[in-house]
Amino acid sequence: MAGPRFVADPPEAARTVALETLTAFYHAPSGTTHILAPPAPQILEALAGRPGEADEVLARIGERFELASDDAPAAIAARLAELEAAGLVRRA
Amino acid sequence: MSASVVARLLADPAAAAEVEDWTAVFAAARGESLTGSLAFRLKGLKLPDKVGRLLADARGAAEAGRTQALWEAEMARRALAPLGLPIVLLKGTAYVAAGLAAGTGRSIGDLDILVPRTALPEVERALLAAGWEWVKEDSYDDLYYRRWMHELPPLIHSTRDRMIDVHHTILPLTARPKPDAEALVADSVALGNGLHILCPEDMVVHAAGHLFADGDLAGGLRNLWDIDRLLREFEGAEGFWQRLHDRAARHGLLSAVHRAGRLANDLYGTPVPEGWRVRDGADPLFKSRLLARDGWGHPTRRALRFGFYLRSHWLRMPPLMLARHLWRKARRRSEPA
Amino acid sequence: MRRLELRIGPVSFRIGSAWAGPLDQLECLYAGYPAAEAPCDFTVRLEPARPWRRFLRPSVAIAGDYWLPDTAPLPLSLGLLAAEMGMNLQMALGQRRYLLLHAAAVEREGRALLITGPSGAGKSTLAALLGERGWRFMGDEFALVGLDDGLLHAFPRAVSLKNEALALFPDVAPERLGPLLEGTPKGTIRHLRPNDEAVARMDQPASPALILFPRFDRELEPAVRPVGAAEVFVRLTQASTNYVALAEPGFAALTRLVTNVPGRAIDYATGEQAVALVERLWEEVR
Repeated sequence: MAGPRFVADPPEAARTVALETLTAFYHAPSGTTHILAPPAPQILEALAGRPGEADEVLARIGERFELASDDAPAAIAARLAELEAAGLVRRA
Repeated sequence: MSASVVARLLADPAAAAEVEDWTAVFAAARGESLTGSLAFRLKGLKLPDKVGRLLADARGAAEAGRTQALWEAEMARRALAPLGLPIVLLKGTAYVAAGLAAGTGRSIGDLDILVPRTALPEVERALLAAGWEWVKEDSYDDLYYRRWMHELPPLIHSTRDRMIDVHHTILPLTARPKPDAEALVADSVALGNGLHILCPEDMVVHAAGHLFADGDLAGGLRNLWDIDRLLREFEGAEGFWQRLHDRAARHGLLSAVHRAGRLANDLYGTPVPEGWRVRDGADPLFKSRLLARDGWGHPTRRALRFGFYLRSHWLRMPPLMLARHLWRKARRRSEPA
Repeated sequence: MRRLELRIGPVSFRIGSAWAGPLDQLECLYAGYPAAEAPCDFTVRLEPARPWRRFLRPSVAIAGDYWLPDTAPLPLSLGLLAAEMGMNLQMALGQRRYLLLHAAAVEREGRALLITGPSGAGKSTLAALLGERGWRFMGDEFALVGLDDGLLHAFPRAVSLKNEALALFPDVAPERLGPLLEGTPKGTIRHLRPNDEAVARMDQPASPALILFPRFDRELEPAVRPVGAAEVFVRLTQASTNYVALAEPGFAALTRLVTNVPGRAIDYATGEQAVALVERLWEEVR
């Protein structure tokens, strides 16, 4: 089922530092810092400069990252909504 | 009179070589929110190390402010894009979004936008849905804003904690001049991403109107500097001064624009047409009010400032309404919280 | 406007006051501190809240280059506190050359211990105590992290101590203590001037080596726990007044700090237990 298409800013727009299992993420266009837990950093990477909807994102991440959830598409959609509210992804 | 030193340095950066008391300059500049602008004007001059460091700090602060302002505009754009309306940025955010000289080093507070009056309800709904909420006021203030003012009651974003002011015209509805709000929107300039700015002449008219036809001149030195920067940037265009005159007349703000030109010429050396440089008895009072800050950063000329405070209420309201409004405010202040 | 200029570490303040009293007390409290470096970084003003409040029930409004709209005025008897709060406001709102952490800091052998935690958690008292036990006191209100060098720069202001905490400092020379201030938001307090070594060495930075999260309560058993980098990061951003304003350099400085410097939480019931835990941890992280 097709959902909304999202896109994230290109990789140059952010600085990331790994803090154990979490990622400190500095978003330069907004000047805000986020602490992200997987799969959020992976979602942002998958959408950096490349629009996609939830299913495409799942496919892009699935190649490199194991998702623990049974209902992975719903989990991705939920993370995308959170990332949109935080301004880290926008409608494409 | 350290505000006048700040004005002098903005107009003539080379005068920095004569400054003896930089602590006073910084205090006055900070009081007038002009440190960023000053720091960019003085960039590259040979100055004592510590002065250079403090100015570099001010430029850094202005940059951070610019990023935040542009981000607020972007988030408003995202929230309002589905409505398909022209969203016109105003004031500092407009200057930085358009890369104008007036935006260089400018301190920016809230996001100000102008939308068609008929679109207000849907704009309000879209912003509330996207995480903005009302700054809590009582129902009198809410009614006051909606009926008489030129903007929605203030909104603040719940997580970002930044305010947005949604205007539908550039002066309160109860003020005497009646700007042509539709023309402001219709003749606005698209930035290409759905956001607009006012056309150059309207930008000057708005700045002058905001300074002299609405408000008590607090922060006026900065607003007048905006006008200097805007005029210098736009006056090279063929026919600019005539268009400015026509637009100002159309919005009922000719005298405000003329006063802005005369005072900017006086304080900042802004080029204005010869015919504008007439003597006006009230100009010295305005000039004194604009410069009323000392080397401690303390506001001076208390009686004069109070006079302009009264004037600002007078400008906004017919006398009977003003009396009622002040009575309600006084009663509210004396009631136990 | 009467004036006093004061340098504390890398920051010089110009403090103006409508009354002589607070400035006299400030000058006494900071006796021996170096001269201010012109131009001053910040101006603080102590002004009458209303013109007639200069003489009638004198009331001190705290103003300056940077200010917050709802700061309540203080009675003139607390003028010294108003000056200190004024300096705090300038730092919190205007400091851009260093990342500010709401933390105390002490130094030994060129390495610094950072003590964080909310107001009232005891970090000021612990830092002051360590400062009398062979550590060099670097500050208790603000820890200054260099944006370029990642070092901790000293900002040794006088420490505000609750009256009860003063009992922990029986051997301190009386001229190092400020006046007794009653009716403050923290109750009765006195200020303690850092010792001669802290003042003499205020321009020497130190490498941060340990970030401590102390918890003080008379019921607690002494205990130590590691604190992970992500938790340290989040807690420090919450404790920083200028992290957001510093944008990317702030992010770089803070991530550098938390990835290089270990964090430990300690529980203690007495000052002596705290000092012992600190000494033990210090050995571990060498």
